[in-house]
Amino acid sequence: MRVTQGAFSFLPDLTDDQISRQVAYCLDRGWAVSVEFTDDIHPRNTYWEMWGPPMFDLRDPAGVMVEVRACRDANPNAYIRVNGFDSTRFWEAVRLSFLVQRPKYEPGFALERIKGKGRTTHYQIRAYATERPEGERYTNGKTERRA
Amino acid sequence: MTMDRPAATAGFETDAQQAIDLKALRAETDIDALLEELDRELVGLAPVKRRIREIAAFLLVARARERLGLQSEPPTLHMAFTGNPGTGKTTVALRMAGILHRLGYVRKGHLVSVTRDDLVGQFIGHTAPKTKDVLKRAMGGVLFIDEAYYLHRPENEKDYGQEAIEILLQVMENQRDDLVVILAGYKDRMDTFFASNPGFRSRIAHHIDFPDYSNEELFAIAQRFLEDGHYHLSPAAQAALIDYIAKRRAQPNFANARSIRNAFDRARLRQAQRLCERSGVVSREALQTIEAEDIRASRVFNDEIS
Repeated sequence: MRVTQGAFSFLPDLTDDQISRQVAYCLDRGWAVSVEFTDDIHPRNTYWEMWGPPMFDLRDPAGVMVEVRACRDANPNAYIRVNGFDSTRFWEAVRLSFLVQRPKYEPGFALERIKGKGRTTHYQIRAYATERPEGERYTNGKTERRA
Repeated sequence: MTMDRPAATAGFETDAQQAIDLKALRAETDIDALLEELDRELVGLAPVKRRIREIAAFLLVARARERLGLQSEPPTLHMAFTGNPGTGKTTVALRMAGILHRLGYVRKGHLVSVTRDDLVGQFIGHTAPKTKDVLKRAMGGVLFIDEAYYLHRPENEKDYGQEAIEILLQVMENQRDDLVVILAGYKDRMDTFFASNPGFRSRIAHHIDFPDYSNEELFAIAQRFLEDGHYHLSPAAQAALIDYIAKRRAQPNFANARSIRNAFDRARLRQAQRLCERSGVVSREALQTIEAEDIRASRVFNDEIS
């Protein structure tokens, strides 16, 4: 099941050139761009791992692309996203966030029904991938590294 | 990545084209305006200006060749500026960034000026992130490394400078499209630096030597400072300034245009002091005029100290 989180997620995956143009858009507006990755893709997981601190004072997307590539090499089977943080007073928030890598195989989510008191039913979703321990998710049991 | 390149392809077809109008290409990149500005605004530096014109012509021809499908390898643009302090290396680097931007060899055309302290860390593992951070900031523009030879400390083989050099070399080689590196410093020390780091020498295409300014050029530079600050010299002060330049040159720590700017700043202080002591009404003329005594009071004229 294809995960749709962040901007552009209903479009085909962005090419590096397209990513670089989106980053250029962020930098032109003075946003700090950061790279984050995770292998726990639950929509409520807001704590992704930071790939280095956010990058300030950049003028050109080439600097961000260096980090995106480095992060992909180190985490070939993780979700990676790029965030543009706007520090302008009263915004002070992430203005743009989009995926720049997803695992080759995305097992999707299980919907669980939890019986409550009486005849009430609660629902929860759980990513199949998180059944396995960290680092072994999205790998079909084998640890594979990108060459 | 070709985005943000100002050189548009309007009017040029790349298919089976046999000729290209260099003049049109020149006009399109608007490079002449920048070169003329360089000529007009910088005093002296004739050999430097000539070299920059050469480089600009070379890059323009490289662009034309590329349009006709003749060139596959982009030209190496890293440069070394050598010369004494105050000879205009930083100023020219700033202009260079503009020229490279107009010709479409760097995407943004900004200049990031750093020294050893900005690149080299203080403990193990500190250098690489620091250097990479600076490189990322410089991407799309020009990285200007002042006194680059301090990166290499031959007396200490554990020095972290070597780590910074290796990262720099790697990026200079692999990301030539993304940034241009300019190394600057004294001529003799740069030569020693290059001799012990052959990797740098082979990756730098253009070596530009900045000559010292002559006394007349320094005087012309002083005139520029004065004009920009809306001051002028009385005739006696002009003679004093000519004496000052001749004397200052012979003294230690002479830094060409920088010494002149400092002298101007101190003369302004003395002028202000003189005007304040003489209480009463000061004319517009008096506020603008620097007198001979403002310059003659300098310790440069005091032979005992020097």
